[in-house]
Amino acid sequence: MDFSFLSDPRYDILGAFWMTIQLTFFSAIGALVLGTVLAAMRVSPVPVLRGFATVYVNIVRNIPLTVVIIMMYFVLFSQLGLRVAERTPGVNPQGYLDTTNFRLAVIGFILYTATFVAEAIRSGINTVPPGQAEAARAIGLRFTQVLGLIILPQAFRAVIAPLASVLIALIKNTTIASAIGVAEASVIIVTGIEFNPDQITAIFLVVALGFIVLTLPTGLLLGALAKKMAVKR
Amino acid sequence: MKYRTKAGLAGVAALALLLSACGGNSGSAGGVIASGTAAAGSATSAAGSAVSSATSAASSAASSATGSAGGSATGSAAAGDSALLTKAEGGSLIVGIKYDQPGLGLKNPDGSFSGFDVEVAKYVAEKLGVPESGIEFKESKSAERENLIDRGEVDYIVATYSITDARKEKVNFAGPYFVAHQDLLVKADNADITGPDSLDGKILCSVTGSTPAQKVKDNYSATVALQEFGTYTECVEALRTGVVDAVTTDDVILAGYAAQYPGELKLVGSGFSDENYGIGLAKGDDAGTTAINDAIQAMIDDGSWAAALESTVGPSGYTIPTPPTPGS
Repeated sequence: MDFSFLSDPRYDILGAFWMTIQLTFFSAIGALVLGTVLAAMRVSPVPVLRGFATVYVNIVRNIPLTVVIIMMYFVLFSQLGLRVAERTPGVNPQGYLDTTNFRLAVIGFILYTATFVAEAIRSGINTVPPGQAEAARAIGLRFTQVLGLIILPQAFRAVIAPLASVLIALIKNTTIASAIGVAEASVIIVTGIEFNPDQITAIFLVVALGFIVLTLPTGLLLGALAKKMAVKR
Repeated sequence: MKYRTKAGLAGVAALALLLSACGGNSGSAGGVIASGTAAAGSATSAAGSAVSSATSAASSAASSATGSAGGSATGSAAAGDSALLTKAEGGSLIVGIKYDQPGLGLKNPDGSFSGFDVEVAKYVAEKLGVPESGIEFKESKSAERENLIDRGEVDYIVATYSITDARKEKVNFAGPYFVAHQDLLVKADNADITGPDSLDGKILCSVTGSTPAQKVKDNYSATVALQEFGTYTECVEALRTGVVDAVTTDDVILAGYAAQYPGELKLVGSGFSDENYGIGLAKGDDAGTTAINDAIQAMIDDGSWAAALESTVGPSGYTIPTPPTPGS
């Protein structure tokens, strides 16, 4: 098999995978925060919050991710005029463009992935025996305290394994960002088809291998952590 | 449960009928159908359609057999070593085109196809002995073209397919049947973009992984910013809302978009670089390549080439160029 494309400067393979890692990193943090908030809203005693979170989760997770990402650009940015970076005329237009696309993509990934995080955490909340919440309320804790001090710490320990699946899915999902021009790992394949169709099998292999290098250790590490942290009942 | 039994019986009946239709033993088949019908009403229609499709398949096979017996001169000449010409003798071809390129290859809402590439595809097929009714069009997106040919899913591709050395490693090219020039599409009221070297500080849009935008950055405007999308339609949309300043690719493609939004978008018209559009077919099929080259030459010679361009991209104001020399 011909791997000569590896030395071609057109294929910035490390740069592309670095972009994938960055997208994953910021999206994962954002999704964890938003997902926790959504899960808290879904179990909260306030009907309006509960209703909003239910509607949000069920709508957003059922929209294909490609549509979510393209909507970020063509609706939020292009039509509604949301600006996520400052454009100074004549100064580094490429930098402005890359920042804009990156941030729009991250917002899209956060909005989408948070729904799956929320559902995972909610299932974790269900593993905590109801007696614990009742006991917490009995000693006079408010809802936020019950959730923050008693329920969520236990729930998180129960859902590390499902959250690892969400994270692995997110790593692979970041390939959608190329739809709005973020040069992440999948762009290597598109570029390869254009310039080196004769080496396409080798290019596929390299990209697939790159993703395995990212996802496999993530799964193993979080799997081990899940075992260690699980609350024995 | 009841439904499943019925469906199963209907399936058995249809299968038996199909087998018997092939074998020609109508006597025993009749009995099976009768019992099938008694058990399930729906069996009748299923079996009926099986009969009709079997009959039509048989008759079309017969007609195509007679058709190839009459055979076209081009087809039978070197059909032995050319998969394409052998297939063409059978009276049907699968041709790859674009479905989303106005003026070149477009699938219309009513299911018909239009555009210059489509006209070329039809003319070539006819020269190979296949009438328009024998052509099956198949969408071939840029990224899939080599694989479609490689796997034999299409017999040839006419889809703004630029002849390049790397692609020649995977496929054979007939043509060029058209030479396009890279150009820029901008808003109609834009006066400061006059060519590829006036793009510094501007945002230029093209399709992910394609050559045109990178070429501008490398050769003309070093500080132009490149926005990439999956399709040119998205670029044109972004141009209309003003988040990109210009779209670049081949002039004939851009002309199609300019025609969609008359008065709103315009071509800059300072064509740079040559893109030779070829017809892609299976690697090593030299007899087929020669036959297609002859067909393109014939299309140019008898005036259908210019007429096809005039009727497809002409309305966008695109000037019909002098034809290229196929096989060069």
